[in-house]
Amino acid sequence: MLQFLVRRLIGACVIIFLIGAFTFFLFYTIPQDFAELSCGRNCTPQNIEVIRENLGLDKPITSQFWEFMAGIVNGRDFSQGHCSAPCLGVSFDTGEFVWDSILDRFPLTLSLTLGGLVIFLFLGLGSGLLAAWKRGTVVDKAVSGASIVLSSFQIYFLGPIVLGIFVYQSGIMDNPRYEPFTENPIAWMVGMIIPWCVMATIFTAQYTRMARSTMIEQLQEEHVRTARAKGMKQRYVFFRYAWRGSLIPIVTILGVDLSALLSGAVVTEFTFDLAGIGRLAVDSSLTKDLPVTMGVMLFGAFFILILNIVVDLAYAYIDPRVRLS
Amino acid sequence: MTTSTRTEGTPAPTGPESFFSVRDLRVRFSTEDGIVKAVDGLSFDVERGRTLGIVGESGSGKSVTNLTVLGLHNPKTTTVDGEIVLDGKELVTATEKELEKLRGNKVAMIFQDPLTALSPYYTVGRQIAEPYMKHTGASKKEARARAIEMLTKVGIPQPRSRVDDYPHQFSGGMRQRAMIAMALVCDPDLLIADEPTTALDVTVQAQILDLLKDLQQEFGSAIVFITHDLGVISDMADDLLVMYAGRAVERGSAAEVLRSPRHPYTWGLLSSMPRLGGSLDQPLSPIPGSPPSMLTPPSGCPFHPRCAFSGEVGGDRCATVRPPLGEGRAAACHLTAQQKQTIFIDKIQPRLR
Amino acid sequence: MSDELTLPAQQGPASASPEVLLKVQGLTKHFPVYGGFPIKRKVGAVQAVDDVDLTVGAGESVGLVGESGCGKSTTGRLITRLLEPTGGKIEYAGRDISHASRRQLAPVRSEIQMIFQDPYSSLNPRQTVGTIIKSPMEVNGIDPKGGRDKKVRELLELVGLNPEHFNRFPHEFSGGQRQRIGVARALALNPKLIVADEPVSALDVSIQAQVVNLLQKVQQELGIAFLFIAHDLAVVRHFSQRVAVMYLGKVVEVGDRVSIYSRPRHPYTHALLSAVPEVSTVDEPEDRERIRLAGDVPSPIMPPSGCRFRTRCWKAQDKCANEVPPLVRLEGNHEGHLTACHFPEEPTTAARDEDIVLDPALTALEDPGKD
Repeated sequence: MLQFLVRRLIGACVIIFLIGAFTFFLFYTIPQDFAELSCGRNCTPQNIEVIRENLGLDKPITSQFWEFMAGIVNGRDFSQGHCSAPCLGVSFDTGEFVWDSILDRFPLTLSLTLGGLVIFLFLGLGSGLLAAWKRGTVVDKAVSGASIVLSSFQIYFLGPIVLGIFVYQSGIMDNPRYEPFTENPIAWMVGMIIPWCVMATIFTAQYTRMARSTMIEQLQEEHVRTARAKGMKQRYVFFRYAWRGSLIPIVTILGVDLSALLSGAVVTEFTFDLAGIGRLAVDSSLTKDLPVTMGVMLFGAFFILILNIVVDLAYAYIDPRVRLS
Repeated sequence: MTTSTRTEGTPAPTGPESFFSVRDLRVRFSTEDGIVKAVDGLSFDVERGRTLGIVGESGSGKSVTNLTVLGLHNPKTTTVDGEIVLDGKELVTATEKELEKLRGNKVAMIFQDPLTALSPYYTVGRQIAEPYMKHTGASKKEARARAIEMLTKVGIPQPRSRVDDYPHQFSGGMRQRAMIAMALVCDPDLLIADEPTTALDVTVQAQILDLLKDLQQEFGSAIVFITHDLGVISDMADDLLVMYAGRAVERGSAAEVLRSPRHPYTWGLLSSMPRLGGSLDQPLSPIPGSPPSMLTPPSGCPFHPRCAFSGEVGGDRCATVRPPLGEGRAAACHLTAQQKQTIFIDKIQPRLR
Repeated sequence: MSDELTLPAQQGPASASPEVLLKVQGLTKHFPVYGGFPIKRKVGAVQAVDDVDLTVGAGESVGLVGESGCGKSTTGRLITRLLEPTGGKIEYAGRDISHASRRQLAPVRSEIQMIFQDPYSSLNPRQTVGTIIKSPMEVNGIDPKGGRDKKVRELLELVGLNPEHFNRFPHEFSGGQRQRIGVARALALNPKLIVADEPVSALDVSIQAQVVNLLQKVQQELGIAFLFIAHDLAVVRHFSQRVAVMYLGKVVEVGDRVSIYSRPRHPYTHALLSAVPEVSTVDEPEDRERIRLAGDVPSPIMPPSGCRFRTRCWKAQDKCANEVPPLVRLEGNHEGHLTACHFPEEPTTAARDEDIVLDPALTALEDPGKD
């Protein structure tokens, strides 16, 4: 198991490196002087030279790349001061350290993700299991029908409707906003509740359908039938035998969804006017702020890879065939 | 179909109650294409300590029958009529709770493919111990000891350590042994084995079949043994039921049915099967055509479209009247006893040399 | 449909085959196993086929029997060159094809055809029967007299299907009929050798016989040689004049069918034959030996040294672990009957004075007094 972990981590580092290289060189195919971009309005050629030197833009691309990569591990020095590891460079646009901007935005993204996750896992898996248990009954039909309707909704459609009803018309709620959890947990919750619910609605619908269909599939497995033939109670068979097998596809999709959410829920953030990682990514690519774009990409890649490893570990936990091979 | 006589399924005459008896069992599935009459008026009996072999090809309804015994069919799409009586208890009308108490306890099942029939997620020991704890109220520790005892009995080497292995760590033959251990853990009175050796290699099959026979001697259970393999059935069964298209077409002791078969389908099965001891000059005589669709089973005798001897029955009785299966040693065929005798001796027996 | 094919079975041992069509020498296939840390590398090999010698004469039917993992299917795939051999030589009609490239193989490909086990997955469900049977001709650019369609109809008729069914799809046919389609496809190129890999195992007993008879008709009327791979010993005996028994990648015994089935010498052949359940259609008590091995076939990744059967053999001695027994003609064996065993059995399958029961569970249950 340790071997497996080490091997996967080494692999993850290699992939992060490749993603970094790919983005970096791709960006340099844009015919644009980044120093000029970074310089702003009252720009003099001297200023540009200074900036160019500070950002290391005077050096060849490859050595810039190595400097960037080395900075992630060791940190770098800029005229603004020491950028400690993991240093993702300096924003061309604001002059801030990229890592600091990401750290600034991340709590919101994390809050959004975790809050939504709790809701959609609980409701989605719960209603999916209920539908599978009551297969073919009115309950199943109602749940399945609702989940099909809801999963065809989109956040940018549902979001404004919910905002319209609860914020603009009735005034029951305030506009969503982010309050740090550490400062005021209640305000944190109140501020996030609408985005959570809207986001979770769509995910709930997907997870309901998935949980239902994998459970129904599992219930037809021969080993599930064997468990019933042994006289085990239906509920026991349902939760011990069928559920166990359903976990694999659920965990797989969950890993994909989580890594996507953690690297920025762009649509949700824009719909509710929240400034998270997704927003940062979009803004930076619009302003051609290479270091920020790179930083966000690598940050996202990091989550994708980590969650991939977590999912593999989960497989090993769930399925002894994976663990023991 | 409505014209068919229902003589076959009339309730058993009063007599000594069998340990396990099925009377006029009818199983229908509703599918998208229509109603499948998977089992259509089936009756049989099994005594304690005896083995009933049920032989038939795919779609003959042999496996379905035995899933319904334990109520393991899908109740939403399946209707079951008739009687299934185990030791005086009616099972068709039994509640799920009552069935749960029987399953794995009084009646146990062994399935065809032990790889898919055992859960990959739990250890072999746990899967054997589960029903024992449930039915006897034994503690975890006792159940584990019992699991080890059962593994020893079925010949798993180093049972003390292998009890904690997962099914995928076992070889095919060992998995089926573990399955047998699981089925026998509560000392069942009736064991239903559905093609238990079909997925196994021939040398392993021989071991498992002998093991089942030896264990039956020790446990004294009745066995219902379902297979498509006449060789296996000849080895295992005391009594034999040949099924075709959801019905029993021939019944008798295994020796009687295999040595002097009376139904054209049984003749066909025997003469289409090559045997190790068979003559090399003797060609195989297959049954023409294919088994019927159970959505639209043939009228009258379900075998008549493939039967070479329906011409010897007067008129179109084979196509219109369903031949009844009598009590005891019997074949559901319109041919007269004399005709059956003559045809078998003149035409069939020479093929079986 | 003409299902009532009844043909006389083949007679006794084949008269010394006039012409060798296929000659396999030292055929070996190892599938690498990867593992290790931190960089994965080859840590071992599944010795699926190891040093197999085999010949098939023109028009002859050779059976290849054995249990799962014995390498019989791999051997078939090597001969049809669906797999690349690790070692050894495959000679077809005097031409070495063991490592021939696609292009070099082209002329031979049409002469060696394969029939597969599963008639459900080996036919493309989106193609009509006509297209399926025609495609080998198209691929190989063969234009028979009267056109390809006419040939397809002839083939359908030959295998006992209605030529009118030309435009139907595989799902409209039953399992047995699909296997007939598979046979028709194999025949489309007028092959000289057909490798049939478990062609009847997936079929019901009554249908099996139809297909076996069809294959026999094909073999006899068209003079096509067969390598018939199956686990069912009775079917192989019925269909093949010569039979090779494989165990864990090696041929342990080969010979004409009478020798193999009535005068086997290798303990494994004895065990295999004694394990086949037979229908007793006569009242006489059976005179068959009873041999019950212990456990399952070992893994071909680390096969036992020396004789591979020794771990399950009741006659094994030190010599068996140290020396690989050569496949040779033993004293008293018929011509061409070769056995790879240091301590061969008597050439009979009659019941022994004492059964050989190696399975510990069976010994314990049958003979509680013993140990």
